[in-house]
Amino acid sequence: MNANRKGLVTFSTIDPDAALRAAVAKTRTEMIAEVTASKLKGRGGAGFPTGVKWNLAAAAKGDAKYVICNADEGEPGTFKDRVILSEVPDLVFAGMTIGGIAIGSAKGIVYLRGEYAYLRAQLEEALARRRAAGLLGPQILSKSVGFDIEIRMGSGAYVCGEETALIESLEGQRGEPRNRPPFPVDTGLGGQPTIVNNVETFACVAAIFAKGAAWFASIGTEKSTGPKLFSVSGDCANPGVYEFPMGITVAELLREVGGEDAKAVQIGGASGRCVPASEFARTISYEDISTGGSVMVFGPQRDMLAVAKNFMEFFVEESCGQCTPCREGNAKLLEGIEMLEEGRCSARYLDELLTLGEVMQNASKCGLGQSSPNAFLSIVSHFQDELMGRTHGPAR
Amino acid sequence: MLVTEQQRLKDDIGRWVQRYGAQRSALIPVLQEIQAKYSQVSEYAMQEAADHLGIHPVEVYSVVTFYAFLAEAYQGKFVIRLCRTISCDMAGKTRVARQLENDLGITFGQTTKDGKFTLEWANCIGMCDQGPALLVNDHVFTSVTSEKVHDILELCRKSFGPLAVHDNRHEEARQ
Repeated sequence: MNANRKGLVTFSTIDPDAALRAAVAKTRTEMIAEVTASKLKGRGGAGFPTGVKWNLAAAAKGDAKYVICNADEGEPGTFKDRVILSEVPDLVFAGMTIGGIAIGSAKGIVYLRGEYAYLRAQLEEALARRRAAGLLGPQILSKSVGFDIEIRMGSGAYVCGEETALIESLEGQRGEPRNRPPFPVDTGLGGQPTIVNNVETFACVAAIFAKGAAWFASIGTEKSTGPKLFSVSGDCANPGVYEFPMGITVAELLREVGGEDAKAVQIGGASGRCVPASEFARTISYEDISTGGSVMVFGPQRDMLAVAKNFMEFFVEESCGQCTPCREGNAKLLEGIEMLEEGRCSARYLDELLTLGEVMQNASKCGLGQSSPNAFLSIVSHFQDELMGRTHGPAR
Repeated sequence: MLVTEQQRLKDDIGRWVQRYGAQRSALIPVLQEIQAKYSQVSEYAMQEAADHLGIHPVEVYSVVTFYAFLAEAYQGKFVIRLCRTISCDMAGKTRVARQLENDLGITFGQTTKDGKFTLEWANCIGMCDQGPALLVNDHVFTSVTSEKVHDILELCRKSFGPLAVHDNRHEEARQ
């Protein structure tokens, strides 16, 4: 999958089997304590502390518990999970197994997006290998704990990357997000306690057990520990997947990928933010610019309104239509972008659109609607000059 | 639909329900099987799946219409999904799209009259570093140029070529 990788900590030197052996030698409480000590936060983008999530699920009462790996990597500009799953699937499966043992679950599910169907056969082969090696099944490493993993396919819905929509989808429903609380840690799949973690998070878990929580916590910053994978695309010399410690500045990252002349970078995908050149000294971390790893580079010649329009078309299509702010708001913002494109948007109306964006951030039910205006709002705030009073229709 | 075809669909759905379990959570895997084999989830198939799982057919309809990879209308043997998200857009997806339309004689959202090809847009398919990218059924093509479009279509037209079958190795392994 010709990924362009540099400084790989997670991938190159981790033995997934050693991680699992180290994990089963501990008690469940010790396992969760290890994850908590690493200060690992969710790699999907939301950044919820993994140890806290696992602790809640371990303490919750239920007839069965589930471990779900969110491989519905749909955020525009993100492809790191595809690379992890194609190159080091065992790291992910080991991480899931550790999670299962830690919270007392016997069943794991990988929710793989339909667009990655071509990965399925090799993942099933990897699972079969692990069963044969006693790393999955009724008795893991000959201990009295059992855990197995099943792969379920998505069917082309971005919103299913939201954890409760993903669970709805697994239950055979439309992928419409639920109200939270209750959270999946106590009321998840089939109403049972469930942890939903990103592919990269499970890979990090395996790394933590192979090399120790202290090692993991020594990488990155105080509040954002560990390495992070970045999916870099757009106007740069070497697009691909990169691994850097958390806390890298945007400028450093651009230097590594050969995109120094960028006029802006979209961090976090369509639901992320547009960072202009004046802010390239900011860091990518949970305390500054938080991201699931999508980095899209825009060169000096790019029309930022076209970028905003592309993202907004995406959200109009992918909104599940359940709540009004998201369903109607995205369509209204797209209409506003088209007015800007045609050069017939007044400054007052633009202000109205910005207010609408804020309403959507506050009033939408799930992360999709809460974050869909981000790109538009940040592009307007940094490139307003470029957007107003157009005279030639769409710029190309 | 011919009675024999109905019977075949019915038998298939019965078999898939047995494999995935007669419960609501089996609905999407069953619908995915129907889509893969019959290139659509027809009204008849929805009714049949609903009966097997003990739910109202409207429930099935609501699920089929929600997911982009499930279609009520017949789709071609080869569903081509071109990524339209910004990275592929900047890499030149517009010209690839134009050439696909030219070579197939249809626009996006349509199926060719011979029932072979359906052309659709896809949102980000995770090949942003190698755009423009497209999927033909389950297979991915990267760094597609308008020139390469012809080769891809020819690969499909060879009816017993590598793209003609659904990748079902994992199913064979399970049986």
